Amino acid sequence: MAQPLSAPGAQLWLANLNALVGGLFLLVTFALVSLRQVYACVRGFVAQAVLLAASAFLLAALYGNWDLMVIGVVDLVAKAIVVPGVLRQTLHDEVQTRREITQVLNIPTALLAALALTILAYFLAQPMLAAASGPAIAVNLPIGLAGLLVGAFTAAVRREAVPLFLGLLAMENSALFAGVAIAPEMPLIAEVSIAFDVLMMVFVVGILTRAVHERIGTTEVGALRTLREESRR
Amino acid sequence: MFDRILFNLIQVLTVLLFAPLVSGVLNRLKEVVQSKRGPSILQPYRDLWKLFHKDEVVSEQASWIFRFTPYVVFVTPIFVTLLIPVLTDYPLFFAFMGDMLGGGFVLALGGFFATLAAVDTGNPFGPVGASRTRMVGFLAEPVFMIVFFTVSFVAGSTIPYIVQQRWVTPLASFFEPSHVLLLIAFLMLIIAETGRIPVDNPSGHFELAMIDESKSLEYSGRGFALVKWGGQMKFFVLACIYLNVLVAPWGLAHTQTLGAVVGAIPLVLLKILGLVLVLVAIESSLAKLRLFRIAEFLGAAFITSVAAMLSSLFAF
Repeated sequence: MAQPLSAPGAQLWLANLNALVGGLFLLVTFALVSLRQVYACVRGFVAQAVLLAASAFLLAALYGNWDLMVIGVVDLVAKAIVVPGVLRQTLHDEVQTRREITQVLNIPTALLAALALTILAYFLAQPMLAAASGPAIAVNLPIGLAGLLVGAFTAAVRREAVPLFLGLLAMENSALFAGVAIAPEMPLIAEVSIAFDVLMMVFVVGILTRAVHERIGTTEVGALRTLREESRR
Repeated sequence: MFDRILFNLIQVLTVLLFAPLVSGVLNRLKEVVQSKRGPSILQPYRDLWKLFHKDEVVSEQASWIFRFTPYVVFVTPIFVTLLIPVLTDYPLFFAFMGDMLGGGFVLALGGFFATLAAVDTGNPFGPVGASRTRMVGFLAEPVFMIVFFTVSFVAGSTIPYIVQQRWVTPLASFFEPSHVLLLIAFLMLIIAETGRIPVDNPSGHFELAMIDESKSLEYSGRGFALVKWGGQMKFFVLACIYLNVLVAPWGLAHTQTLGAVVGAIPLVLLKILGLVLVLVAIESSLAKLRLFRIAEFLGAAFITSVAAMLSSLFAF
């Protein structure tokens, strides 16, 4: 086990860089609500996973806990390389390049709602921060909570299978983002199994979406509310 | 005392003389990226020279507003120059007369008159463009406000000379999330305010699609030259606020000597060249947004600025 970096200057730098990663993480989460193209959503998700890994690396140096380093690497491999690869393999080209995906709300409204959720998350995090405080927790906990809420919101407003599912994955990312700061001693096996779970989810959803697309020619979940015979004939 | 007046004059002259150069470099670089040769970087100066020697045609329907507007559009950026750090990092003569918010409102005055003048002539394309400019303007206003609220939360002041020291001492605070998010939001604001891609196409000459350009459609001769030069100076001034106050307050004159102040000019121009490169990259890689997508672009800027404010309010 290595020692935490002790120089106060280095601590400040690491905490600030982690805060920057947190800010960008929040921004990418907003992007996932508002992007209009399926493939752009996938790239947004990859960016979010990379930022999560960056935060894990920075916190590994800050806390001197090298397990977090492994968590970061597992996260990078699973979500930044394998997930987009799997999605590209299983999904139809037409789904990938679809533009103008529809939403229940229009985009400025959805963004404002996401903003309200973020403010709510900051307020919810305040009593928790009173219990456990530290420069990294003060950044990661509220932003992770915000990501959790906004991810759920994304899953609720999207009407297209893949972005909807990416909203769920963003929730998982955000939970982990808060987790690396508040529980750096989280057992490695937990993170590895989560990453494995995510992969299984991607496989299942990818194949399911492909099947849905082959049968009815669209992956718009919003159009699936009525039986096919009634809506098409 | 005399020195400070001289330095102020040098600042104003810098903005006056180099604003067309910046626009020339920007246009040239855009053409180079498209593998064309492009006009000389001195072309804006030649255009201004040519326009100043041409006769002016004014519509019979136009009132005094139409004649008066070019002077307002030309003078407002110069006035803002007196308030902001262009070359020095110590406050000059008029620095405490107004803060960044004040500077923003002075620039908005120019925009207001330009809108009135566009409506004034009775040309059908003028009012269309003017109302679009207002739409972009009022969507940009909340972003502008939140950005300056955040600045005042963090630095305790909106006087630019005080703000610029805040983000770089110590250097680690440059990476505060509130700072970086603020930079992104303000860059989007500059793009919207100066009518650049993806909000507006500055080199487009198709009247129906114009936003910013249409305000000067009816001008000719000297009036057009003043409006054009004023627009170039507005960009220069916004770039100075962005670079010298928010991004990189390095390379400005520390000491009150003539040599230091004049020596700061190439460094400031170098920084603006950096911003121009970023803008060229943005303009060459994005397409112009459809009109009703501009609300989404500025909505994103608003969200970014509010996120900056949140992360500074709840900072550790």
